[in-house]
Amino acid sequence: MDRTTTEWNFSLNVRAGILTVVLLALFVGLWEGLNRAPILGGGGAELSEYEQLLAGADETARVPPPSEIAVRAWEQLSDPFYDAGPNDKGIGIQLGYSLFRVLTGYFAAALIAIPIGFLVGMSPLAYKALNPFIQVLRPISPLAWMPLALFIIRDAQASAIFVIFICSIWPMLLNTAFGVAGVRQDWVNVARTHELSPLKTAFQVILPAAAPTILTGMRISIGIAWLVIVAAEMLVGGTGIGYYVWNEWNNLDLTSVIFSILLIGVVGMLLDLGLGAVAKLVAYQE
Amino acid sequence: MSHAFVEVQQAAKRFPGANDGDDLTVFENVSFTLEKGEFVCIIGHSGCGKSTIMNALAGLDQFSDGAMIMEGKEIDGPSLERGVVFQNYSLLPWLSALQNVRFGVRARWKDWDDARVTQHSLSYLEMVGLKDVVDRKPAQLSGGMRQRVSIARAFATKPELLLLDEPFGALDALTRGVIQDELIKIWSKDRQTVFMITHDVDEAILLADRILLMTNGPEARIAEAVEIDLPRPRQRSEIVKHPHFYTIRNYLVDFLVSRSGALRTADLDRRGLHYPESVNPVERASTAADTPPATDGQPASAGTRSDTLVTFTPKETHHG
Repeated sequence: MDRTTTEWNFSLNVRAGILTVVLLALFVGLWEGLNRAPILGGGGAELSEYEQLLAGADETARVPPPSEIAVRAWEQLSDPFYDAGPNDKGIGIQLGYSLFRVLTGYFAAALIAIPIGFLVGMSPLAYKALNPFIQVLRPISPLAWMPLALFIIRDAQASAIFVIFICSIWPMLLNTAFGVAGVRQDWVNVARTHELSPLKTAFQVILPAAAPTILTGMRISIGIAWLVIVAAEMLVGGTGIGYYVWNEWNNLDLTSVIFSILLIGVVGMLLDLGLGAVAKLVAYQE
Repeated sequence: MSHAFVEVQQAAKRFPGANDGDDLTVFENVSFTLEKGEFVCIIGHSGCGKSTIMNALAGLDQFSDGAMIMEGKEIDGPSLERGVVFQNYSLLPWLSALQNVRFGVRARWKDWDDARVTQHSLSYLEMVGLKDVVDRKPAQLSGGMRQRVSIARAFATKPELLLLDEPFGALDALTRGVIQDELIKIWSKDRQTVFMITHDVDEAILLADRILLMTNGPEARIAEAVEIDLPRPRQRSEIVKHPHFYTIRNYLVDFLVSRSGALRTADLDRRGLHYPESVNPVERASTAADTPPATDGQPASAGTRSDTLVTFTPKETHHG
């Protein structure tokens, strides 16, 4: 690669970065500007009687401006783990509950989905026998399971985990099956001509060959799980980032609502980045 | 009756025809033997079923009919005793060159410690000239280098029989020549029995002790087995100067160009088991002038054969 190309790449990244910052500044600036509280009393004048009656509050509720959200974010993030009773816990604790549920349900799903996906991918019989179940169960909204889960499990925490489990299982199962079924016959033949046992073939040839596809399924699953946990926690209540959003809505604290929305986005991105890093480890070039 | 090292007897491959039509017969009544330590090439046009024969010997495919015996035992599945080099290299892309060879060596000798497996693998990679790139993944290697890794993997496991399925088919002529030399080198070391598919007549003459010639498919047969008695060790640059080289070459080319399509199934099929007639083009050329062609072949190593076997077309005698 010659020098000009390197510089071009570099400047592309820099220019993209600048554009991002400009867009962000524009968006935040407009938001801030359009959401300023009206200057009461027409600029320094005496408050009207009506304004006095409202004690300085707006006539219509406003979406809080970014500056207020930044202040709230600073407050919350500087003490994320305080616990002042059931309805007042730090954002770190709430996120911790949500992550615990997501990861527990997700890994339980991986434990079931990957072996079954392997079976379905390897055996046409298993594929044909299980496919009707998969096709019917897959399109069900995970939240539709919630009443049944609450009835059977009789525990809100475990029901939320079950909902995560049920929504994570399908992308992992289908991608594993797809990846395993698509392993090139040449590579399977290499295992056969070297007299590898079925178990060794599975672990030394099929698993590494299908790993990138499996990881794609795992990435889709973690994304869905993180989407679903917010809704699930809004339903079951008690703890978690979903409950936090809903609770702050009930408190009419929109600043906290927006702050937590942003935080949900950031955590979701980090989860995906983590799995992306794992996917890079198992990727190979044909 | 003594058995050859490998015997293929009356093999056939048929595919069911579409719409209840007649079965499509790719080849039928194919019998041949391989002696221990022999290097045998098989040549024929595309579609004559060479690869099916190869895959069946590897245990990856099955004949519709017929038997395969190696050292007195029927071949009924893949085995480490039969190593395969595939045309598309078939390296595992997530493993480095060394790890790919180690994969084979480890499967072969499960009780070896890691150091010994690595040592053994490296020695074979060195033999094919890849000492400096052992840690590269296949995607980072050229086609020729990949095929060398594949050859190193196959030879390193020291199988009784090596099956090479057009190993140089995807390589350019220069690379092909270099790797042919390396193949000769690595083969000379252990003198394993090799069965190889090729489309390249020069390559076959350079490498083989015998060349099996197949007629065109469908309904292909092995027409004859041509003996290559050029002295070993052979070298690409020297072999063309040998007085017999062009006699053999012209004979083979003529077979592929005209006779492979002209020979009819009926001329080759006889009842019962028979092995292809052994032909020595050099002797044939020297005797062609005054002797009827049908008597100058050498009897095949095993099995029964009839003397009224192949009826050659008159243009046969023009060669050599």
